[in-house]
Amino acid sequence: MSETIKLHYDVDGENFESAGQASHSVKKSLRQLGMSPDVIRKVAIAMYEGEINMVIHANGGVADVEVGDDDITIILKDQGPGIPNIELAMQEGYSTAKDNIRALGFGAGMGLPNMKKYTDDMKIDTVIGVGTTITMKVNI
Amino acid sequence: MTLDKLVRALELTVINLGSGVSLPEKEFNGVYAGDFLSRAMSHVHFDELWITIMNNRNVIAVASLTDCAAVILAENVELLPEAFEAAVENGITVLGSGKSVYELCVAVHELTLRDE
Repeated sequence: MSETIKLHYDVDGENFESAGQASHSVKKSLRQLGMSPDVIRKVAIAMYEGEINMVIHANGGVADVEVGDDDITIILKDQGPGIPNIELAMQEGYSTAKDNIRALGFGAGMGLPNMKKYTDDMKIDTVIGVGTTITMKVNI
Repeated sequence: MTLDKLVRALELTVINLGSGVSLPEKEFNGVYAGDFLSRAMSHVHFDELWITIMNNRNVIAVASLTDCAAVILAENVELLPEAFEAAVENGITVLGSGKSVYELCVAVHELTLRDE
């Protein structure tokens, strides 16, 4: 591959009906590019969790995916409330999702842990009241 | 084991067959049971069955992303209309049963043991 492939998605806030559409689209594109099922699975999981987090906590945001020669970079950017305690948010099972969100099957407290687990690198930049940018890399 | 054999043995209902799916030809390998979507997202693998009582559209999104063989809705839970539409649109096989999640897990386990 000689050129980086860039994909961009707008993630609707509070729209649980369409949650997962960006992940679905990325998965489809990676499959068309001939990526291995293992890489596709990792990206799909990380991207889905990020997308759901943006819908639940940040009223949406944008997702950018760059497919390079050696890795896939996923950048999720929102203008939500920010994450007050990253260490706590990274703990499996910790969730601030409300009961109505949990009733839909979300809020397991596995979002950020899954994103870290299924990517080779993850960086969280968050500013309270301004927003959060999460950058993840999956090696090809 | 094929989905056809599973459906007949456990008397499952076919809620949505899935586009291009042939039950006698489609096989499953393994089972995951659970309702939290994040858990399912990371534990349901390609060609596995996912047994759940969740019935909203997001279940179909996870089923599609994980490439599971089929979703089985336990306890006679019905897919919500928008979830059914999504299942049709995404070609996801959805089966139904009056059994509980536990009963389904046991039944699938016994069936696969007999099949070996």
